[in-house]
Amino acid sequence: MEISTVMKKRIEELISKGKRIDGRDLEEFRDLKIELGVSGKAEGSAQVKLGDSEVIAGIKLDVVEPFKDSQDEGVLIVGAELSPLASDRFESGPPGIQTIELARLVDRGLRNSECIDFKKLCVKEGEKVWSLAVDIYPINDAGNLIDASAIASIAALSQAVFPEYKDEKVNYGELTNKKIPFTNLPITVTVYKIDSKFVVDPTTEEEDASVARVTFTFTYPNEELHSMQKVGEELSESEILEMEDIALKEGKKLNTKISNLLKKA
Amino acid sequence: MTKEKEFKRSDGRALDETREIKAKVGIIKRADGSAMFSFGKSKAIAAVYGPRVLHPQHLQNPEKGILRCYYDMTPFSVSERKRPGPNRRSSEISFVTGKALEPVLQIQNYPNTVVDCYILIVEADASTRCAGINAASLALANAGLPMNELVAAVSIGKTGDHFVVDLSKDEEDFTVMKDGKEIKAATDIPIAMLSRSEKISLIQLDGKIKASELKEAIALAKKTCKKIVEIQKKALKEVKNN
Repeated sequence: MEISTVMKKRIEELISKGKRIDGRDLEEFRDLKIELGVSGKAEGSAQVKLGDSEVIAGIKLDVVEPFKDSQDEGVLIVGAELSPLASDRFESGPPGIQTIELARLVDRGLRNSECIDFKKLCVKEGEKVWSLAVDIYPINDAGNLIDASAIASIAALSQAVFPEYKDEKVNYGELTNKKIPFTNLPITVTVYKIDSKFVVDPTTEEEDASVARVTFTFTYPNEELHSMQKVGEELSESEILEMEDIALKEGKKLNTKISNLLKKA
Repeated sequence: MTKEKEFKRSDGRALDETREIKAKVGIIKRADGSAMFSFGKSKAIAAVYGPRVLHPQHLQNPEKGILRCYYDMTPFSVSERKRPGPNRRSSEISFVTGKALEPVLQIQNYPNTVVDCYILIVEADASTRCAGINAASLALANAGLPMNELVAAVSIGKTGDHFVVDLSKDEEDFTVMKDGKEIKAATDIPIAMLSRSEKISLIQLDGKIKASELKEAIALAKKTCKKIVEIQKKALKEVKNN
C-alpha cells in the first residue's frame, strides 16, 4: 500500500456507498481498446488499453524439441516484464514475485482453458514441435495489469500465424497465412475486495486500498472456470462465491466486447 | 551512366533519405515524460522518471544530478526471440545513450537526484539505438527538464561504395561477392548531434571505411539531424496540455 491514509479512507467511503473515485459502478470495466499487429517482427502482437493501463504482448514461434512427457505436443512459454518504464514502483533487475505471478496467472489461464491445441503444434513426434512464447510488456500501469495482460495475450494469440518452416529451418521473414491453433478466448477477471465491497478493474489507488483479490479465468458460452488465484486477507465461502458470480457476469460482457473488438481490429 | 547512378537502395530511398519518421510525445501517463520515435519499422518508446532522490545515498552526487539510461528490447522485436533482460550489447548501448543525452541536461541544478530514462524497443529494423536516443531526448523535454538543446541521432551507413542515411536491417546485412564468397560490406556509423551547438555526443562505427571518409559521414549526419530536430520540435508542440 503506497497511497495515503486519507486517500484510502476516501476510496472506502465512496465504495461503501456503491460509488468510485472515477465515477464508475463497482462492477464496471474501464474503456477497452485493442490494436493488433503493433510489432511486425512478432508472429502476433497486440496493444491493449484498459483505461490508462496499457500493455503490449507479442508472440514468437520457434521449432524446438518436445518435453519428455509430451512428445507430440507443442510448448507454451509466458513471460512478463514489469519494466520501470511503466511505473515508478517497478525496478530494474531480475523478475520479482509480482512479475512472476503475473506471467503465471496468464500462463495458467491459457493452459487450463485448453484454448491452444498443443497436438496441432507437433511437427514430428518426439523430435520437433512448435514453441509459442508469449511476452507481456506493460507500458503504463494505471491498475489491473493482470486482466489487461490477459487480454493483450489472447488478442496477440488470436492474430498469430505460423512463420514458414522449410528444410528444418524457420524463415522468420516469411509468414504463412495459417493461424496458430487458438480457439475460444479464455477470459480473465480479477475481483478486488475494498472495505467489504467488491469491485472489478481497479485503478492503482483502488488496488492499494484493497484488502484481497481473486482472479478467475472462464470460457464462454459454457461458463467453465479454469483457473483461480486468491491473494490478500482471508475470505468467507459466501464472499468467494459472490466474487465468482461477479467475475462470471463481467467476464461474459468482456468476452463479447473482446470478440467484437478483435473482429473489427 | 556512371556506377553511382545505377545504385539503388533496397527500399528505393534516396541515399540521403531517412525512412518515414514518426514521433509522438506524452504516450505514457504515469511517467514524468515520455515519447515514441520510429524510423520506418524501428520503433522505440522512452519514459523518464525524475529528478528524484537517488538511493542508495552513497551514489548521490552533491554537486549534480545523475542521468541513468536503460535500453531494452522486447523479446518479440527481432526475428528470433531475444531472451528477456539485459545483455552485454544492451548494457553498452544504455551506457553510450546516457553519454549522448547528458550534455544537454542542466543536471547540475539537481544535486543528489537521479533522472532515470527507460528506452524500450518495440520493433527492431536496425538503427534502434538512434531511435531510442531520439525518443529519450523528447521524453526528457516532455518531463520539463531544463535542457540547453535537443539531441538527434541517425545511423549513417556505407553499403558497398555508397554512404546512405538511416540504415535498415536489409542494408546492415548488405554483402558483396568477392572471390566467389559472400562477404559483409556494410558499415554502420550511429551519430548523435546536439541541435544548436552541432557537437557530437555519440559516435560509433562498425565496419570499414577509409579514414578520409569519416568527414563525409559526419556531414551527412549533420544534415539529417537538422531535419530530425524539426520533427522533434513539432512533436513537442503537439503534446496535449493535460
